[in-house]
Amino acid sequence: MANHIIDIQNLSKSFGDKKVLDNISFYVRQGEFVTLLGPSGCGKTTILRQIAGFINPDEGRILLDGSDIAEIPPYQRPLNTVFQRYALFPHLDVYDNIAFGLKLKKEPEDEIDKKVRKVLKLVSMSDYEDRDVESLSGGQQQRVAIARALVNQPKVLLLDEPLAALDLKMRKDMQIELKEMHEKLGITFIYVTHDQEEALTLSDTIVVLNEGKIQQIGTPTDIYNEPQNSFVADFIGESNILNGRMICDRKVEFIEHEFNCVDEGFGEDVPVDVVIRPEDIYIMNQTEGAQFTAKVKSCTFKGVHYEMYVETENGYELQIQDYNSFEVGSTVGLVIKPQDIQVMRKERVCNTFDATVVDERHVNFLGEDFECAVPAGLQVGAEVKVQVPFDKVELLDYQEDGALAGEVHFLLYKGDHYHLEIKTDDNDRLWVDTDDIWDKGDLVGISIASEDIKVIA
Amino acid sequence: MKKFFAQAYVWLLLLLLYAPLIFIAIFSFTKSKVMGNWSGFTLDLYTNFFTGNFEGSSALYSALLNTLLIAVVSALAATVMGTLAAISFHRLRGRTKNTLLFVNNIPMINPDIITGVSLFLLFVFLGISKGYMTVILAHISFCTPYVVLSVLPKLTQMNPNIYWAAMDLGATPGQALRKVLIPQLYPGMISGFILAFTMSLDDFAVTFFTQGTIGLETLSTFIYNDARKNGLTVELRPLMTLIFAFVLVVLLVINLRSAKQAKKNN
Amino acid sequence: MTLKRTTWCLPYVVFMALFVVLPLLLIGVYAFSDGAGHFTLSNFTKFFQDKDSLATFALSIEVAIENTAICLLLGYPVAWILTNKKLNRSAVTIILFILPMWVNALMRTLATAELFTMFGITLGKGTLLYGMVYDYLPFMIYPIYNTLQKMDPSYAEAAEDLGATPWRVFWKVTVPLSKSGIMSGIMMVFMPTVSTFAISEFLTNNKIKLFGTIIQEKIYASMWNYGAALAFIMLIIIGITTLLTGGESDGQEEGGLI
Repeated sequence: MANHIIDIQNLSKSFGDKKVLDNISFYVRQGEFVTLLGPSGCGKTTILRQIAGFINPDEGRILLDGSDIAEIPPYQRPLNTVFQRYALFPHLDVYDNIAFGLKLKKEPEDEIDKKVRKVLKLVSMSDYEDRDVESLSGGQQQRVAIARALVNQPKVLLLDEPLAALDLKMRKDMQIELKEMHEKLGITFIYVTHDQEEALTLSDTIVVLNEGKIQQIGTPTDIYNEPQNSFVADFIGESNILNGRMICDRKVEFIEHEFNCVDEGFGEDVPVDVVIRPEDIYIMNQTEGAQFTAKVKSCTFKGVHYEMYVETENGYELQIQDYNSFEVGSTVGLVIKPQDIQVMRKERVCNTFDATVVDERHVNFLGEDFECAVPAGLQVGAEVKVQVPFDKVELLDYQEDGALAGEVHFLLYKGDHYHLEIKTDDNDRLWVDTDDIWDKGDLVGISIASEDIKVIA
Repeated sequence: MKKFFAQAYVWLLLLLLYAPLIFIAIFSFTKSKVMGNWSGFTLDLYTNFFTGNFEGSSALYSALLNTLLIAVVSALAATVMGTLAAISFHRLRGRTKNTLLFVNNIPMINPDIITGVSLFLLFVFLGISKGYMTVILAHISFCTPYVVLSVLPKLTQMNPNIYWAAMDLGATPGQALRKVLIPQLYPGMISGFILAFTMSLDDFAVTFFTQGTIGLETLSTFIYNDARKNGLTVELRPLMTLIFAFVLVVLLVINLRSAKQAKKNN
Repeated sequence: MTLKRTTWCLPYVVFMALFVVLPLLLIGVYAFSDGAGHFTLSNFTKFFQDKDSLATFALSIEVAIENTAICLLLGYPVAWILTNKKLNRSAVTIILFILPMWVNALMRTLATAELFTMFGITLGKGTLLYGMVYDYLPFMIYPIYNTLQKMDPSYAEAAEDLGATPWRVFWKVTVPLSKSGIMSGIMMVFMPTVSTFAISEFLTNNKIKLFGTIIQEKIYASMWNYGAALAFIMLIIIGITTLLTGGESDGQEEGGLI
């Protein structure tokens, strides 16, 4: 606890009836560079604004140096923020923007002058003090915004997607400068971004968020090499995510081959998800000594490496990155080392819903009546569970054709099929395996055949 | 050819629109009681107007003064209240926002006479005797919506984080308002103030219903009563000519300058 | 001053409740009660039995419709010409149309009446309509000008590109796209005309009374309940017009005048 400068405990927040943060807990050590990473709408900015004091949490506590700061208004918190799109004051010049906080504190003129000049030098903007902020480029405005926050010597610097508005080249340069600044000043940084590459480059610790929940906390290498679930695996870097089966400790089966791996403790004959990074599949022209073979379907040069898609003899598609190119149509041999196979427990293996018995031929779940075989002996109104296998849910082009209407919310390619998460209009979720191609955001009708609904008392 | 007809049409309409004003201006330089009856060029009406050497001069002067006073006070109050309200409305969402904006629009949609009658009934109902207070409250009620609608677009253009940025740097809400929001909203507040000021200056119906019987007159009610009683006081002609000339010059200068500015920025 | 900016509107909300909403409710209360404060419909039955009042009411609506139609017919071409780059390049012309509004409306009306007298034209319905058009034309031109000004010229260009004649472009693209401006123009002209008073007396030498004048006379004769009932009827007309023209005034006055 002693060196936790920020401690977030069980934070929850809803806007209207939408829950944006669900029981978030993590801590930040003194001097650490922590990144909150996730897609837009995952709640990362909400956490940052709560730390800054712009939003109050519904539940949970935020501790700064061990004491709760709930009652401290934002203007008294020893924290400063670098805002998305900078939020510089357009009516003040560079100097007055930076001096804004110091002037409010009524510091003596010469003291202010000294501090402003020092911080301008730090962000390499010394010659710009009289400039109108709106005449500056995006990168320069960013430097002023950082200087404006740093000049107040905050205990923690909060950065809300500070580089999102810059072009790629400028973003790369600023990443390096931010990293250097962090090392030089020793101030704690909490950084919010949706850019996984930026997070991996800059952070000491990454907190991956999705839909208001923490998915994983770890160092960049942990997160990259050992993603804890398929969301993290898919969101961070490129990956092949495949259905597999843990045969026993250190032995896993996927793409209909058996592989050695380093994972233990999953039990025997357990369905799992397997993640293999594209650069971890060794590809060669000869098939001798290969674990399995495949045909090259495409090969694209990506600047440093080649990106290839291959199809195994059993019809699974894999993405591979290699420094050498391989001829499209040729047969190649492939090897995956045990330590490069990341095995994850499956979050679910089947759709399971709470249901009530309507009559001897119908049950009600997800707000609709479905026809199915109801086991004898169940009374009308009885609470039961129903299971529907992923591949038995049928998706239709038109919402009105289905028993339920929904939207494709998240999708994963699993080598030979797609695994989709569907959010219904009532915000229920179900998961579907399909060979058809859908896009995120597609509106779909959902239908389930009566013989595929299994009722469990 | 097409352009010629188009321009001719526009200028013909403008001529008709300006005819009464030009008419007033011309006959401000003669002394006849009835306009249209030229009795020789003279600046007498102007000298009379400025020296107060005519019948009812003190009533006209006090009406002028009242008009300005009421307009300044109402426009100031409307600007303060309307700016704060606009900042607030901008933050609100959903039904609350729509309802408040709808109510805000009512005085602008409502014809003057409805606003006037409704406020008349209010003051009767509350038993408030009518005078300066009631006229000013009435003017504030139809002026503020214009301020709100002038400030709102400036808020949309503003970076939404600016208020938080000020607070993040140690400004209290009051300081954030003074040092950051107001400087940003200034142009909107100014045009809101000017709109409110002119609405108040120009008002006749609402003042008419809320002025009471204490003899409080504004320029509009003075003209109304004057015209009904004994034909218009001739010294109003130079006054109107001067107001018209002043507005013409100010507006043309402002607009020519902003047009030049726009050209420069292009 | 509180942190939450959403509370900063409280003074204005209280003010609006007291000086906008309550007064309107009072019109309803007075309209449906007698002098002693008891509920009654007699104010309305009185109006519908009074032939003179009914005739005035009908005349007011007639004049308002005619005035709105004339303003639209005269004003739309002006707005269109002024926003058409080929026909007009000056940004100041539109200001000239708005400028007379800064001179006291009663004064302008009186001058118009005297102009008619000078040319020996008898004051009557014709002069009344002329004066109304004169007073309210800018209110029609300005909102239409605003919508046309904001309209992306590429719509018209696209239509031309697809082979539409200029005449068809105007009717099929320009006019439909400027509907919101037309609607708020209609509202901004119709509403004040239907309720105008004083102006009609000056322009017709007290020969023609409009509905607004009657309301004013009743209120000033201390017939508050009857006056309120007449105002209530006018409120209903306004409500109907607002619904027909599609709601709000579109914020056309958004400080663009200056």
